[in-house]
Amino acid sequence: MNKVLMSGNNVIGEAAIRAGCRFYAGYPITPQNELTEYMAEHMRNAPGGVFIQSESEIAAIHMIAGASVAGARVMTSSSSPGISLKQEGISSMAACELPGIIVNIMRGGPGLGNILPAQGDYFQATRGGGHGDYRTIVFGPATCQELADLTMDAFDLADKYRTPVMILADGMMGQMMEPVIFKKPKPREYSEKFMLRGAGNGKSKFIRGLILDAIDMEEHNWKLARKYQIITDKEPLREEYKTADAKLVIVAYGTAARIAKGAIKRLRDNGMKVGLFRPITLWPFPMLQLRELAEKIKNFVVFEMSTGQMVEDVRLAIQGTASIEFHGRPGGVVPTPANLANVVARYYAKKD
Amino acid sequence: MAKKVFGRPKSLKEAVFHYCPGCGHSIAHRLVAEVIDELGIRGITIGVPPAGCAVLAYNYFDIDMIEAQHGRGPATASGIKRTLPDRLVFSYQGDGDLAAIGIAESFHAANRGENITVIFMNNAVYGMTGGQMAPTTMLEQKTTTTPGGRNKSSEGFPVKVCELFSQLPGTTYVERCAVNSPAGVSKTKKAIKKAFQCQMDGHGFSLIEILSPCPTNWKMSSIDSCKWIDNVMSKEFPLGVFKDNLPAAKKSGEAAS
Repeated sequence: MNKVLMSGNNVIGEAAIRAGCRFYAGYPITPQNELTEYMAEHMRNAPGGVFIQSESEIAAIHMIAGASVAGARVMTSSSSPGISLKQEGISSMAACELPGIIVNIMRGGPGLGNILPAQGDYFQATRGGGHGDYRTIVFGPATCQELADLTMDAFDLADKYRTPVMILADGMMGQMMEPVIFKKPKPREYSEKFMLRGAGNGKSKFIRGLILDAIDMEEHNWKLARKYQIITDKEPLREEYKTADAKLVIVAYGTAARIAKGAIKRLRDNGMKVGLFRPITLWPFPMLQLRELAEKIKNFVVFEMSTGQMVEDVRLAIQGTASIEFHGRPGGVVPTPANLANVVARYYAKKD
Repeated sequence: MAKKVFGRPKSLKEAVFHYCPGCGHSIAHRLVAEVIDELGIRGITIGVPPAGCAVLAYNYFDIDMIEAQHGRGPATASGIKRTLPDRLVFSYQGDGDLAAIGIAESFHAANRGENITVIFMNNAVYGMTGGQMAPTTMLEQKTTTTPGGRNKSSEGFPVKVCELFSQLPGTTYVERCAVNSPAGVSKTKKAIKKAFQCQMDGHGFSLIEILSPCPTNWKMSSIDSCKWIDNVMSKEFPLGVFKDNLPAAKKSGEAAS
C-alpha cells in the first residue's frame, strides 16, 4: 500500500469508506466541512453508498440510526455545537444498542465559541453526553495515521459492542495534512439478527429504548453497564513516550499530545527527563495503566486545550499517590512546544 | 360450516389496545394492518412509531418496528429506506411529533421526496402527556396549557399540515381523512392503501392525515367527539385529497421504461 498525503478530515472519510461505511449523513459546520464534502464526493462511487446532507445535526444522527438498524455501516460527523445537537440520538443509539460512528472535530466553546482547535468537549464525550446511564467509546487520535487506523477500528468496535463510538479530534487534526497508509480493513462481523429488514415469513422484531416497567428498565441499565464494564476492562489504549527514565510525565491527548512531544524534545535537550502518557481511548480511560506508572513516577503535568477536564480522570487514576499539576489553554489557543516546555520546565525545577 | 367474514388482521398481534375508549389510534392501527395484509407486504414492511400515545405501537403491529425519538420518525425512516429501498417504510406520527418538535424532519423528508409514507394522526391535543396544546389545537380550544382557550395572539394558529406539505414539489400523494364515521373509516383505509401503493411503485413521498377523536382529553363522550370532528375540526382542517401526482408519476414512469 502506498503512502498518501491527506488532510485529517479526508483521512477519516477515506478510512470509513474503506471500512465499509455505506451511509453518511451530516450538516456542514466548520472545521469539519471537508469530511462532509469528501463523503458527498466518494459515496457516489461506493457500491450502495448513501450520502445525505441533512437538514440538521439532529436529523443526521437519526438518519444514521435508521440506516444502522437496517444493516448499514454508518457515520455522521460534526463539530462541537453540532455534537451537542446530536446527543438525543447518541443516547437513543446507546439505548437501542445500535452501532455507528460519530466524529467530533472540536472547536472552541461553549456556545458558538469559535472555529479554532480546542478540547473542551472531553466531558461531553466521555461521560455519555446525552441523558441517561450510558457511555460511548471515545478515541482521541493524535496523527493522521491514527485517524485512519482508529476510524477503521471504531467500526469494528461499534459492531462488536453494538454501541456508538466517537472519534474525538479537533480543528487542527481535521485540517492538517500528513502521509498515511490505509491498512486492510477486517471483514465485518455483525449478525443479521440485530438488524430490521422486514419480518419475511418469520417473527416480527422491534427495537426500542422505551421500557416503562421499572424492573425491566433497571435490568436494561445493568445489561448496558455490564457491557461498559467489559469495554473498560478490555479496550483501554495508551501510548507511553520516554517514560522509562522520566522524572516528570506530561499527560495529554490528541493535538495537545503532539505539542507535548515537541516540548519533551526541547526539555530533554536541556537535560530534563520528561515523558508523555497519552490516552488513545479517552473512554475507557487507561486508568490502570496510568496508576501503574504513578507507582514509579511522582510528578505529573496534565496539559489540555481546555480549562481542565481530562485532569479529573488523571486524578481518579492516580488517587493521590503522586503530584498532579494542570496547564490549560482553552478557547482555540494552540501553544507552541516551546511555550509548553517553558511551563513544564518550571514545574520540573520545583520538583527537582 | 360458517364462513369467516371478519377477523383480526394478520399484521396485528393478539394484544388488547391500551388506547382509551373512543380513541382513533386503534382504528388507524387496524386500517394500516388491514392494508398491509391486503397488499401482502407484512414481510417487507418496517414501521417507525413515534413518541406519544402510539409509542407502544410495536406491541400491536406484527411487523418489524423501531421506535423513533420524538419527532425524528421521518429521519429514521429515511435512513432505513435509503438502505433498504425495496422495503415498505412508514412513520406513524402525532400532531406534536410531526408539526411541532419534528416539523423540520418531516418537512425535509417530504421535500427530499423520500419514498416513504407518513401516517399522521391529528387529534388537536397532546394525548399521552395529558391534554396540552398541540400545534393543531383549534383557536378557542381549551387544553391544560391553554386554560382560557387557544389565543391566536399568544399561541398562534392551528398548523395545516396537508395544505403545507402539498405545496412541496417533493410530495406525491397527500390526503386528509377522518375516522369518526363508518364512511370516514372506509375512506381512510382507501387513502392508506393508495399511499402504500404509491411507495411500492416507487412514486415517492405520501402523507395521510387522519383526524382522530380524543374523548379523554377533549373531555367529551365518544359520540360528541365524533360530532366535534364534523362540526369544528373539519371546518379548520377540510377533508379531501390535497395532492395527487400519481397519474403524472405513473406516466413519467412508463415513459422512462
